Amino acid sequence: MSVSESVMPESLELLAQEVHFAYAGRRVLHGVNLTVRPGEVLSLLGANGSGKTTLLRLLLGLSKPRSGVVSLNGKPLTHYPRRELAQYLAYVPQTHVTPFPYTVREIVVLGRLPHTGLVRSATRRDHHIAMEMLERMGIVDLAERPYTEISGGERQLALIARALAQGAHILIMDEPVSGLDYGNQIRFLALLRGLAADGYAIVKATHHPEHTLLASTRVALLYDGAILLDGPPAEVVTPSTIQRIYHVEVSAFYAPDGDAIAFRPSAMNQMHVHTLCWHENRSASEAPI
Amino acid sequence: MRRGVPWTAFLSVLLVVAVLAALSVGRYPLRVKDIADFLLAAAGLKQMPKDTYDLLYNVIVQIRLPRVLSAVLVGAALATSGGAYQAVFRNPLVSPELMGVLAGAAFGAAIAILASGNWVVVQATAFVMGVVAVAVAVGIAQLAGGASIIMLVLGGVISGTLFTALLSIAKFAADPGNKLPAIEYWLMGSLSLADIKVIRWVVAPMALGIVALTGLGRALDALSMGDDEARTLGVPVTTVRYSVIAVATLISAATVSLAGMIGWVGLIIPHVARLAIGPGNTRLLPTSACLGAVFLLATDSVSRTLYNVEIPIGILTALFGVPVFLLVVRRARKGWI
Repeated sequence: MSVSESVMPESLELLAQEVHFAYAGRRVLHGVNLTVRPGEVLSLLGANGSGKTTLLRLLLGLSKPRSGVVSLNGKPLTHYPRRELAQYLAYVPQTHVTPFPYTVREIVVLGRLPHTGLVRSATRRDHHIAMEMLERMGIVDLAERPYTEISGGERQLALIARALAQGAHILIMDEPVSGLDYGNQIRFLALLRGLAADGYAIVKATHHPEHTLLASTRVALLYDGAILLDGPPAEVVTPSTIQRIYHVEVSAFYAPDGDAIAFRPSAMNQMHVHTLCWHENRSASEAPI
Repeated sequence: MRRGVPWTAFLSVLLVVAVLAALSVGRYPLRVKDIADFLLAAAGLKQMPKDTYDLLYNVIVQIRLPRVLSAVLVGAALATSGGAYQAVFRNPLVSPELMGVLAGAAFGAAIAILASGNWVVVQATAFVMGVVAVAVAVGIAQLAGGASIIMLVLGGVISGTLFTALLSIAKFAADPGNKLPAIEYWLMGSLSLADIKVIRWVVAPMALGIVALTGLGRALDALSMGDDEARTLGVPVTTVRYSVIAVATLISAATVSLAGMIGWVGLIIPHVARLAIGPGNTRLLPTSACLGAVFLLATDSVSRTLYNVEIPIGILTALFGVPVFLLVVRRARKGWI
């Protein structure tokens, strides 16, 4: 499959250094360091309110850090024009509905905006690239269907196609599998692995520790506004770290080759409603992305 | 779904037919042949008795042409602003009134009618106060925290309420013998005030405004996905949103100067257009402009012929708008409203 757009920059690197952020007077992130490189599926794992969404917004340049810097290839995001940034960084939102029935193709062609600019209309080539990306996602037959009428899984694929049409090689996703059924979740994770193997960098916030074991090459654990651990899933996602960040005791189940593949809460019957999830989290008010 | 050249040709034919129909109906009915003969004579290609020519000149150029031009401009401007607002506020149920432009213009016209009877003054004041009302709305949004949709809508609601209250004061203070009916009648909207001098003034800016909104079509598509998504697609969200509000405000305030308050066009026409060619704004907005012009020409033709007294056009747009809207909603696809 030809990637018709842009040469892949070999040195592509998105870097957060000593990033601090506060929202409505509440400290959200303090001293976060994170590097994103091509070829990785990096999952951010953390409880509600741990700052995952905030960190994604900072990485996209949608919010500015209070101190510290987020840079792309050594240059702070704030020094890039938004249009240029859009050719490196793409945002894949949670499956959403648009108020108007754009066709799938129209949605994907919007990914060409950073290249054409606001006023010029999309060229034949832009439409060609959009179709190529839809084909790559295996949904080219949906091109003329209204985006409002396709399933959640198909919408997610269309949004990936748009990100690819942007020519961006760093794809930033906020809980991309939420709203997908089990089969689509698994297929979607496999697709992310495939993109990473093709040289894309994937950063996603997730609520599923087991998914990180399945499909991530790296996991960063966010706890109380800082990164607790950052490394390969098998080392980072363990019963002890899960207890630490979620306050839930779990036991791990292992595959024959020795890797953990699943977790199971060990003390379901001793759990009481009041200890369930808001433990330690004074507020779960994450800024909507 | 119709597209491309055939659709453009269809719209052009529709517009020409509507213009010819509007030129021919009225107290002194003309046949299309009369209009064609007159045009040929005016171009010097055909002989015509002087008195016939003068009569036709009077009816077509002096009386009907200003109305027709006015209907085209007002219909196109309202429908385009409505379509652009629906994208920029990510809501299919908003119309150009959202930011308070009509409330402000109504108040402006009312005080001008109270202070003087001069129509030019009324038109100018209506325009200025329409712009002021939107400026107040944007100012409130800024005070409340920014250019987000929710703040702007809040500002629009407050500003609209304020100017509606001020309008009520003006009406309460008006002499019920002559001033109050003048205000009320103006509020119903009419193309009968169309004045070729005023039209000459506003035609270029209004056409430019419509073209400008259309030019922002792709940015509007991106904006209707949400602010963050649009930003990550390289769209300067705040700039685009304020530009659309500014342009839409100027051209809808200009429609108020030309024809008073004409509701519904800005809400329903974009829906009809969307049903015909889909939601992509680069095609939706020019289609809306065209259909808005046709709708207002047709409505105005009816308002001049239905009854021996001209019916205010604002009433008819609402009366026709309801069934059209119901029809559109019935045929609307899922996820459309």
